[in-house]
This record gives sequence, structure tokens and C-alpha cells, in this order.
Amino acid sequence: MPPLIELRALTKTYGQGDAAFQALRGIDLTIHRGEFVAIMGHSGSGKSTLMNTLGCLDTPTTGTYRYEGIPVETLDADQRSLLRRHALGFIFQGFNLLARTSALENVELPLLYRGLSKRRRHEKALDALAAVGLSAKLKNTPAELSGGQQQRVAIARAIVTEPGTLFADEPTGNLDTATTVEIMQLLTRLNTGRGITVIMVTHEDDVAACARRTVRITDGLIESDLVRPAA
Amino acid sequence: MLTMLLNAFQIALREIRRNLTRAFLTVLGIIIGVAAVITMVTLGQGTTQAVKNQISSLGSNLLMLRPGAGFGPRSSSAGVPNFTEDDVAAISGQIPGIAAIAPVRNASLSTIHLQNARNTSVTGTTAAWFQINKWTIADGRIFTETEQQTGAAVCVIGNTVKRELFDNAGIPASRIIGSKIRLGKASCEVIGILAAKGQVGMGDQDDTIIVPLAAIQRRLLGRSSARDISMISISAGENADSARLISEITALMRQRRNLQRNQDNNFNVFDTRQIAETLSSSTRMMTMLLAAVAGVSLLVGGIGIMNIMLVSVTERTREIGIRLAIGARAREVLLQFLVEAITLSSIGGLAGIAFALGLCYALAGLINVPFLFNPQINLIAFVFSAAVGILFGYTPARRAAALDPIDALRHE
Repeated sequence: MPPLIELRALTKTYGQGDAAFQALRGIDLTIHRGEFVAIMGHSGSGKSTLMNTLGCLDTPTTGTYRYEGIPVETLDADQRSLLRRHALGFIFQGFNLLARTSALENVELPLLYRGLSKRRRHEKALDALAAVGLSAKLKNTPAELSGGQQQRVAIARAIVTEPGTLFADEPTGNLDTATTVEIMQLLTRLNTGRGITVIMVTHEDDVAACARRTVRITDGLIESDLVRPAA
Repeated sequence: MLTMLLNAFQIALREIRRNLTRAFLTVLGIIIGVAAVITMVTLGQGTTQAVKNQISSLGSNLLMLRPGAGFGPRSSSAGVPNFTEDDVAAISGQIPGIAAIAPVRNASLSTIHLQNARNTSVTGTTAAWFQINKWTIADGRIFTETEQQTGAAVCVIGNTVKRELFDNAGIPASRIIGSKIRLGKASCEVIGILAAKGQVGMGDQDDTIIVPLAAIQRRLLGRSSARDISMISISAGENADSARLISEITALMRQRRNLQRNQDNNFNVFDTRQIAETLSSSTRMMTMLLAAVAGVSLLVGGIGIMNIMLVSVTERTREIGIRLAIGARAREVLLQFLVEAITLSSIGGLAGIAFALGLCYALAGLINVPFLFNPQINLIAFVFSAAVGILFGYTPARRAAALDPIDALRHE
């Protein structure tokens, strides 16, 4: 069985000629199922580019990317969409929920693209919202929810399709300390309880400390890759 | 593919529900456009029908022979001789294919009954006139052969005359027949009442009194032109070739009036069928013109949809990014926006049809034309509104589908 994620000599260049900027300069990285990985680095280090590439939102310029053995660099935009739909979940710093849309409908959204029946959508969305502890806020729109609650809805939306990997881009960047702890506990629980691989970009050390493994990126290269021994 | 379409439809409906006010404002242009097209066409066709009805109520395939060179400002009957009863006899004797013929002498006379007085158009003619002009008798009778020959002082009155002189004076309907009214110089006995024909474009046909030809010539008018006839009414029959009849009548009358080759006709033959065709083709033309103008407003409505959809794509860039990130394909985003535009414009089309039906019903009653429901124009307007959605929804949808998910997510 191939590893979940395998990057070999991955580079990403933006622009052309003199204006070209190399954001990733040769990344080799292997991530196995069930890992909780924090990707850290200063702004401009290339960590966001790495995240977008891992999340199949972007394609590498050179190098290979195997997701469960699938050569992602050869897929076109539609095929990558289908891969995201079936295997990946996303949460963002800014939550990115649909405005004026209830929590329940937000969570149902990915299922709509999967063509599930209305009843199945409803059941699964209720389950996902229960898993993040928001069963009482089904009808509330994002504007009626706190930041922490919005991020929980976003997490419910990401896990409702039972993805293999959950990508979290600065998930606590907009949250206060107490809420940060709650969200990190939730992500840890999903990782250990459901076996979902979590890949998280952050620049906060205490947030990164929740992850077993920390990958530091500097100037488009991996500076360090540390695995914390099991407690 | 079908599930994708159903999905897109579901997502589109959800989007529209999320923004009801904006959706309403967006489709307002379509609603007004569709309603305008349907109303114009429906009322236009109603008007055409009304004109046809009015013309056919004058008598179908009716020819009218009148002195003077024709209609219009250059026509003049001054110095032109009227017709005589010999002309009537010659036409009916020498030209085949005539169903009925009646001499007519018209005059506007003061009409008095008790203290009520008014001016009314009085027609002196024969019994055939009633048949030619499609009049029916509501009460009483028309004049007899004897009354016609002797020029008896009897008259048949139109509905307006009955109303003005009798009903408004509180005289019961049962006492009208047998009453005497004063027509110009003589007193006339009312022997019949005509059934109402109603208002037509050219005036109130019911404001009329019919007397025997001899009565108007000898009793009601002066002596000077006593035996003249001012018009000859001819019914050509349903299947007659009116063009042939007109040319034969023209030739005969030229001969009888001793016109030389180089002289113009000093009479004219007026064909109601021809007039009916001219009038209804001009109302049809007017209808087309109005519908075209209304069609432009539908197009403007479409541009409104495009405008809102383009704004909406920009405004919803982040939403598109979210959809792409969670696994929507470009074509699904395209379909969503396209279906949204089509759904909006179709809803606008349906609302426009409903609005138009109400409007047509109200306006038809107001301007007194028949309300003819035309399923064809309703269907066309609906299909056109949906097509407007496709036409003007495509560009914004393409723009939405072409967005890069990373850029779209980063969009503020």
C-alpha cells in the first residue's frame, strides 16, 4: 500500500523570466495515514503554496505528488475537483462559510455535489454537526454564530464527506486563546478518534504543539521535520 | 448528467431564495417585458377582431355606389348628379350575381317626440336595405310593399333614437310602436325598432331612423331634388367576385352617365370587404410594431439579468472559491450560474404571463375590445424569456467557472 502523501523534488514557480519567483525549491515529504502534521514557517516561506499543492488546489511546476498512489501532477482541474470532493476536507482561517445560509445547509453543501438524496444529506449533516457539538445551532446563519462556532461548522462541513485528509489553513488564526484550545481539542479528537489525517498550517508554536509531527519550511525548502515521541 | 442538472437546479433555487429582493429586482425587467409583449399582441388581436366584427356588422361583401370621385380630401360631390331609380333598375336588371340592391336617400333631420328633440340621420330606402345591411328587428315590423310604393309616413327607429326619445322620457316599451314622431316637416308613425348594433369606429350606427324611400323624397324633404337617390347599396352575395361586379357596375354607370373615354368617373364603388382587409391589415401591422417595441423592453430586461449576474459573480467570488475547494467542478459552477439565470428569467416569464393576463383582461374591458387568449404568444414570450436567461447568463457563468480556486478563496 503506497503512503497517503508522497512528494518528490517538488518545485513551484510563479511568473516567468526575470519576474519568476520560486516558492518551493525541491520538497521531499512523505505523510502516512493517521498522522497529525503541523506545517510551520514565516510568511513568504512557501508554506501556503505547499498547503495548496497538497490540497490539490494548485499544481506543482516540476516534481511528483502521489496521493494514495494517484499522480496528482497529471490531473486536470476537473479531476482534482473530484479528488477534493471524495478524499479531502478543508478548513480555513476565515471559516469561509456561505453567508445568509444556515449551519445545516452549509454542512450539506459538499454532499449536494456528491448527489446524495435529501434525506441522506440531512442525516449526515446532522451527524457531522453533532460531532462538533453544534446540534443546537442548526438553523443559525454564520452572522448569528461566534467565531469558534463558525469554525466548528466549517469543520463539520469538512468531515461530513468522511475525507481521508483534513487540511487546516491557520484554523485558529482568527480565534481567541480559549476558543483555540477548543478547536485544537476537536481536531485532535478527529485525528485520534476517527483516524483522519490532519495537515495544518500555523505559525503559533502552542498550536503546532498539538501535532505529533512538525515540518518547518524556510525559503521553499524543508528546514526541519520533527516527530514528537508518543507520550 | 441529469443528476448534475438537478443538483444545479437545486443549488440555483437555494441561491434565489437566499436573495429574494435581489432576485425580484433582477426579474422585474423580464416581467415587464413579457407582460408588455403579451398585452400588446393580445390587445392588438382583440382590436383587429373588433374591427372585423364592426365591418361585418355593416354587411358582408357590401358594395356602396356613391356620387363623387372617391374618398379623401380631393373628392367632391358638388355638381355631380345623384342617382335615379332607373339606375337601380338598370343595375339589378343588367348585372348578374347581385343578391340584393337598395336605393338610399340620406338626410339629417330634426326629430321630435313630445318635448324631446334631437338631430338624427334619416335613411329613405326599401325593405331590401334591412337584409343588405344585416339589421334585425327587435320589435314591430318593417314597411310593407304598399307603404313603400305610396311613401307612407311610417318609420323604423334605431336603438339610440328609442332610448333618447322614449326610454329617457319614461315611456314604456309597449307604447312605442304606434307613437307618432315628427321628422323634419312631417309626422311619422313608429312601426318597428331595430336591434342594437352598438358603437363602431365610425359613429353610432343605432342613431338612425329608416323610412320608405318615397316618404323621404316626397314628404320629409323639399321638392327640389325630390326623385334623387344619394347612394345605392348592393349586396354581392357571399361567394360573389366583387372585383368583377365593381368593374361591371363601373362600366354600366359610365355608359348611363355618358362619360367619355377621357373623363374620370364621377361616382365611386366602395367595397366593405376591401375596407375590412385594409383595416385589419393595418391593425395587424400596428400590433407587430407595438410587439416589437415591447420585445426591445424584454431584451433590456435580459441585459438587467446579465448585469446583476456579473455583479453577483464578483460579489460571490469567495463563495465560488469555497464551492471549488470542496469539490465542485468548473462545469458545475458554470451550470449553477446558467441555471440560476435561466430559472430567474423563466420565473420572470411566468410572472409576466400572469401579470399580462390580468392586464389584458382589465384593459380589454376598459377599451371595449374582445379578450382573446392567444396560447401561442404566451408560449413564445415564455420561451423567449428563458432564451434571454441563457443568452445573458452565459457570459457571467463562464466568468464564474473560469475562476481559480486559490484566487477566489483569497478574494475579499
